[in-house]
Amino acid sequence: MLLKYFANEKESAFILMILASVTLIIPTCNLIFSAGSVFYFSAYTVSLIGKYLTFALLALSLDLVWGYCGILVLGQGAFFALGGYAMGMYLMRQIGDRGVYGNPDLPDFMVFLNWKELPWYWSGFESFPFAILMVMVAPALLAFVFGWLTFRSRVTGVYLSIISQALTYALLLAFFRNEMGFGGNNGLTDFKDILGFSLQSDSVRAILLMSSGMILIAAFLVCRWLVKTRLGRVVTAVRDHESRVRFLGYRVEMFKLWIFVFSAILAGLAGALYVPQVGIINPSEFSPLISLEIVVWVAVGGRGTLYGAIIGAIIVNYGKTVLTGLLPEVWLFTLGAVFILVTIYMPDGLVGIWKRKWGGAKP
Amino acid sequence: MSNTDKPMLDRYQTFNFVNTHPVIKGNVDVSHGTVLYMEDVSVSFDGFKALNNLSLYINDGELRCLIGPNGAGKTTLMDVITGKTKPDSGSVYFGQTIDLLKMDESSIAQAGICRKFQKPSVFENLTVFENLEISLKADKGAWNTLFATLNGEQLDRIDEVLEIIGMQELRFQPAGILSHGQKQWLEIGMLLMQEPRVMLVDEPVAGMTHQEIDRTAELLLSLQGKHSVIVVEHDMAFVRSIAKKVTVLHEGSVLMEGSMDEVQNDPRVIQVYLGE
Repeated sequence: MLLKYFANEKESAFILMILASVTLIIPTCNLIFSAGSVFYFSAYTVSLIGKYLTFALLALSLDLVWGYCGILVLGQGAFFALGGYAMGMYLMRQIGDRGVYGNPDLPDFMVFLNWKELPWYWSGFESFPFAILMVMVAPALLAFVFGWLTFRSRVTGVYLSIISQALTYALLLAFFRNEMGFGGNNGLTDFKDILGFSLQSDSVRAILLMSSGMILIAAFLVCRWLVKTRLGRVVTAVRDHESRVRFLGYRVEMFKLWIFVFSAILAGLAGALYVPQVGIINPSEFSPLISLEIVVWVAVGGRGTLYGAIIGAIIVNYGKTVLTGLLPEVWLFTLGAVFILVTIYMPDGLVGIWKRKWGGAKP
Repeated sequence: MSNTDKPMLDRYQTFNFVNTHPVIKGNVDVSHGTVLYMEDVSVSFDGFKALNNLSLYINDGELRCLIGPNGAGKTTLMDVITGKTKPDSGSVYFGQTIDLLKMDESSIAQAGICRKFQKPSVFENLTVFENLEISLKADKGAWNTLFATLNGEQLDRIDEVLEIIGMQELRFQPAGILSHGQKQWLEIGMLLMQEPRVMLVDEPVAGMTHQEIDRTAELLLSLQGKHSVIVVEHDMAFVRSIAKKVTVLHEGSVLMEGSMDEVQNDPRVIQVYLGE
């Protein structure tokens, strides 16, 4: 049945199978086998793979707006970071009185700043469902306001890219400020528990990896469904010939807006899954460099395919892990070089090469 | 004269209590037999007057040809009607009641004025079928589009249009592989899918072979009556083969209107086309 459902998309089915096996096998092996066994995956590996999966989700969200709707967002990291901060705030509240200052009501950095009470926007974050809601609402709201203003005034192309980059940079500067109440340049860290279970325990790490994998699979299926609806075709038409679509009677700005908001929600979820696995969220996630990296992941994988974004995110990040371990100072140069080479020699990314060689004629 | 007096003295302005034809959505009031009114429309770009106090009336169900030398304002006229360009002055009404100048491109298209562009504009990454599908007359809101499925009637309509434009075999091919003439046809097909009241057709036969031109002429002739069709074309033989009434534009205004014979024998038209 699965094969029939994906009759013309072997690639999608293949990626889904790999994701499903990674999601199931790695955490299971980590829990069942003990250190020293061939089948054992260390806690480090589990966290690392979990992190890659959240990056894959982030890349997927960008591919939806860029690959299908043609909006090159250079500030996708902002939505990721907002989702991350929402999750971080929940994790901070979970620390309770185990902080350095032992204050049961205030996170350490607020005690340090001599704040007497919790700011209003921190209220509610002791509740996990509320935090999860905010993980989606905060990025969605930002995307809605930003998209409403820009798409309505028909800002497109490179101008929109630059404005989106300015947006994430503005947020970077804002979150650096201690008065914002988000921990300034240190961000939020020293997390202890999630839902009452220790973040350091193997089983929690395994569950986080599984959640990342499952949410990635679900998001992939939803995106795939979305691009196959008539809305998906209209959005593709907007990408290729925006003004023409208006003359068919579609309000182009609304289509762009909803796709953009949905993509921001996915990015927010990715951020929320990322933070508990790496144990920190700070303003550097807002840096334009991170948002540019996301674009490189999607470009390397191949945009406008969805699964290409997942492949690209995992491959580039694996490369980054290896290379920053060996030669940390070369990474940025490599990243730049990769982007230039991909743009010139493989405009359809790795997926494009694969298709040209083995995938038959279908573009 | 102050600005507030202007509407009082505007002879085309009707007061609400006089207006017995209230605007009903999706209902074009053509009780006077005219589907499109353009009055005293002027558009200038950086001082260049693309349209200069142009007035033009299109009857319901009429096939009208617009001709004129380059720069006469033919394409600008279409831009004004479809909402792409807002005129500096003048009024444009769809039927008696619908003020097109207050609407944007998508609302005008939804109201029933559709356009084929000079440069064939089909969506190359979508198949022929999908191009027709997204052009289909339906609710164009994002939410409804997300959950839209084709019912039997709509599928039949697509099949019918595929047959009219002769692309049954090409339906699952991406539009990008079509020849120039085929793209023109597909775009005409997309226009048909929208079931418009008024069709603006900008240079439909550019890049077509003789047989294709003949078929296009046949198609456009078959549309009159049901749709009002405005055709802009340079190919005089083609215009002659379809036109009952021809409007000649020159320097942004209507130079003359009449049958093809009248137009071609008019000394002013000859002068405009051939120079001094």
